[in-house]
Amino acid sequence: MTLERHKYDVLVIGAGGAGLRAAVEAREAGLSVAIICKSLFGKAHTVMAEGGAAASMGNVNDNDNWMVHFRDTMRGGKFLNHYRMAELHAKEAPDRIWELETWGALFDRTKEGKISQRNFGGHEYPRLAHVGDRTGLELIRTMQQKIVALQQADGREFGDMEAKMKVYAECTITEILKENGKIAGAYGYWRETGEEVLFEAPAVVIATGGVGKTFKITSNSWEGTGDGHALALKAGANLVDMEFLQFHPTGMVWPPSVRGILVTESVRGEGGILTNSLGERFMFKYIPDVFKDKYADNEAEADRWYEDQDNNRRPPELLPRDEVARAINSEVKAGRGTEHGGVYLDVSKRIPAEVIKKRLPSMWHQFYELAGVDITKEAMEVGPTCHYVMGGVEVEPDTAAAVGVPGLYAAGEVAGGMHGSNRLGGNSLTDLLVFGRRAGAGAADYVKSAGANPVSDATIKAAADRIEAPFSREGGENSYSLHAELQEVTHNLVGIIRTRTEIEEAIAKITDIRARSKNVAVAGGRKFNPGFHLAFDLDNMLLVAESTAKSALLREESRGGHTRDDFPGMNNQWRQVNHIASFDGNQVNIKAQPLPMLPKELFDLFDVHELEKYMTPEEIAKGGSN
Amino acid sequence: MARKLNLRIWRGDATDGGLKDVQVDVNEGEVVLDVIHRVQATQMGDLAVRWNCKAGKCGSCSMEINGKPRLACMTQVASFDEDETITVTPLRAFPVIKDLVTDVSFNYKKAMEIPAYEHPKELAPGEARMEQVDVERSQEFRKCIECFLCQNTCHVIRDHEENKKSFAGPRFFIRIAELDMHPLDKLKNRKRTAQEEHGLGMCNITKCCTEVCPEHIKITDNAIIPMKERVVDIKYDPARMFAGLLKREKRN
Ligand SMILES: Cc1cc2nc3c(=O)[nH]c(=O)nc-3n(C[C@H](O)[C@H](O)[C@H](O)COP(=O)(O)OP(=O)(O)OC[C@H]3O[C@@H](n4cnc5c(N)ncnc54)[C@H](O)[C@@H]3O)c2cc1C
Ligand code: SF4
Ligand code: SF4
Ligand code: FES
Repeated sequence: MTLERHKYDVLVIGAGGAGLRAAVEAREAGLSVAIICKSLFGKAHTVMAEGGAAASMGNVNDNDNWMVHFRDTMRGGKFLNHYRMAELHAKEAPDRIWELETWGALFDRTKEGKISQRNFGGHEYPRLAHVGDRTGLELIRTMQQKIVALQQADGREFGDMEAKMKVYAECTITEILKENGKIAGAYGYWRETGEEVLFEAPAVVIATGGVGKTFKITSNSWEGTGDGHALALKAGANLVDMEFLQFHPTGMVWPPSVRGILVTESVRGEGGILTNSLGERFMFKYIPDVFKDKYADNEAEADRWYEDQDNNRRPPELLPRDEVARAINSEVKAGRGTEHGGVYLDVSKRIPAEVIKKRLPSMWHQFYELAGVDITKEAMEVGPTCHYVMGGVEVEPDTAAAVGVPGLYAAGEVAGGMHGSNRLGGNSLTDLLVFGRRAGAGAADYVKSAGANPVSDATIKAAADRIEAPFSREGGENSYSLHAELQEVTHNLVGIIRTRTEIEEAIAKITDIRARSKNVAVAGGRKFNPGFHLAFDLDNMLLVAESTAKSALLREESRGGHTRDDFPGMNNQWRQVNHIASFDGNQVNIKAQPLPMLPKELFDLFDVHELEKYMTPEEIAKGGSN
Repeated sequence: MARKLNLRIWRGDATDGGLKDVQVDVNEGEVVLDVIHRVQATQMGDLAVRWNCKAGKCGSCSMEINGKPRLACMTQVASFDEDETITVTPLRAFPVIKDLVTDVSFNYKKAMEIPAYEHPKELAPGEARMEQVDVERSQEFRKCIECFLCQNTCHVIRDHEENKKSFAGPRFFIRIAELDMHPLDKLKNRKRTAQEEHGLGMCNITKCCTEVCPEHIKITDNAIIPMKERVVDIKYDPARMFAGLLKREKRN
């Protein structure tokens, strides 16, 4: 049978917010674009985002501006962020939101008719543009419809709506192809038929999202298997900061079948409070020193903040996610958890039922239908869930080009650097837009100067052989059980709290599972066969887990989404270090790399006394890189 | 507290297929999608089913459960009697690919036929001002998670394959309504083209689509009927030629 082949200028792998924004940019730059995704069009993770998209438009509090947003992002990431990414993000986020409005998006409004903005953890002012609690759906749909608009324009010009941009849905990429050290295309299979397909293109944008499925309890769907992380590693790119995973403090804990499903942070943003089984509002006990001047240490002040934000400190429920997740974890461990091992989150006492239903409609629906709980009357039971990976492909901030691989770009959750050691809620959705656009533009510029780079037959054959392998084995390992084993290892040994011995044990077990995974056999045929699909996803998850465990072992401090029981507390020396993971074809290797220092103009945006909490005296003395 | 559930699953592809009986463990609080996944992990490694969010947000897990179009992730096993056999079959209005997975490309084709949103040129990014009440009408329709259950249930295409060419279906009637009620959209005559080009006229307001919508969008009352009424008005109202009226029509 002849191989299905397609030729494009730019391939975008992933149809979440980042991929779609990249595709729009590359098409508007005049190039032909293929968008490839594992699910149906419009079903990517981004669709599940609830709370909102952070952008300092200043519509609700006009003290807000990019500098305040930049500071919040750096604080949230404990200053491990790549400063340039945080800067670009803070500066460009408002334009990206307004642009969506010109494409038809309908955000909730303020009284003056502007885009409304809501409070969220770690953001100093109300900053999240939102649509009830279905903001991700609005983003995805708006861009999906923008893509249709561009296709309709192509239809008028070329007589074929798909002449210049086409969506290849339910197609999984298994390999990024290179020739002569540069990107040449990508290879994969159709989920529906199991048949193989080759895409030739000189530039590839990876926008494949997160890695949550590596863990047992997660808010992510089956798609979150770290494919792009692994594809990039195998193509010779690096992953940065892979030890940092965000455990969202509030996932559902009951019933077991919904364990991990997200309870949006907006519940706390709208006034939800956290209590333990003794009825204590425990977050007051967990305000770290670095945040003491911004968070209320008593209920009266915390309650007043909802009415008067200028004269009161914020309630500690709105601390960054890593802090809240650790606090919940400690309460449960200390025996003050709920019946099902969580804590209580309650909006019913503070907010009238009709307001809850209006502001948090899908939360109401989710609890009512899945847990039999009416959140307008009762508290929810919640606990930490693996939600987001801060680590990802090491990129050049301005172009989103993957370091070390000409023609490769990465944006969205799969890219690293922007969020440092911990991401603030709402910063992902605008990250997708800001860096999706930059990746599309970066790829377009590259293609215009680089030209075509055909794929050789030998390269194609190697990719094809790899797909065939699991079918030709008999009686090997079962991918479902290996996956379950991996999830158990990551959850127990490199989860929310880590220690040296456990991480070492994890590395040994992951290596063992990886060895056995070489022997996975697949039952049934090629046609829409989830067992076959999982065999490939598993390979990716194993590389991700190895990168995470090995980076976590080396980082001997606790910071953001990496907590070491044997090294509690932040260490300012460690703030100067990024961990860079690379793959030698056999195993993942980690090296330490100095983190770029803030230039003076960004350094000066902070109070020196605040920076002293994060930086060494030598760094403070320098006062910035220039 | 696991108990055994009798599950009957349609297995097969476009050429051949039939119902297969399995017994599977079910735990407290589980939804139909959970037990399908258990069957997949323990008994039928190649059972095909779509899903993503497991929380009723993505519209991937659409199927027919005891003959009713539903989301498998939002259907509690406990909502059936303990000794009842639960039968799961693929959406009937679309060609089956394998097992519970159907070819829904019809819907994506229709989506491409609906003229896109047109933003007023004079309005720069960030300048738009809209009242919450004015955006809410369109927001109702933008809640749509594209599960296509309404499309599957609408008899105009469910029972008449030949209508598919000229009928966009309820999901896309609300898309047109959403744009028609959008406070800023500039494109005119959306209602008329809905009637003349997208098959609104073939709908005879049975409301079956509204009944199955998991987002509780009032497809018929809030989108289809108002558009049909206005089409009639426009057709017989010579005054529509006046620009002022056209503007108001857009708002209503
Ligand atoms: C429940 C939930 C709620 C959230 N709420 C918020 C929020 O309120 N605010 C916020 O800022 N962030 C939120 N986040 C985080 C945010 O939604 C995600 O980080 C973001 O959507 C990721 O977008 P993305 O474009 O990078 O990738 P995704 O949206 O995850 O899309 C990845 C795409 O890549 C495709 N893909 C993956 N692998 C392959 C492959 N091998 N071949 C082909 N295609 C592939 C997938 O099919 C998919 O189309 C939330 C996340 C979750 C899970
Ligand atoms: S109301 Fe119209 S669109 Fe809806 S199911 Fe009935 S005929 Fe179809
Ligand atoms: S209108 Fe309702 S039933 Fe129809 S596709 Fe949208 S969400 Fe599904
Ligand atoms: S899996 Fe998303 S709606 Fe059911």
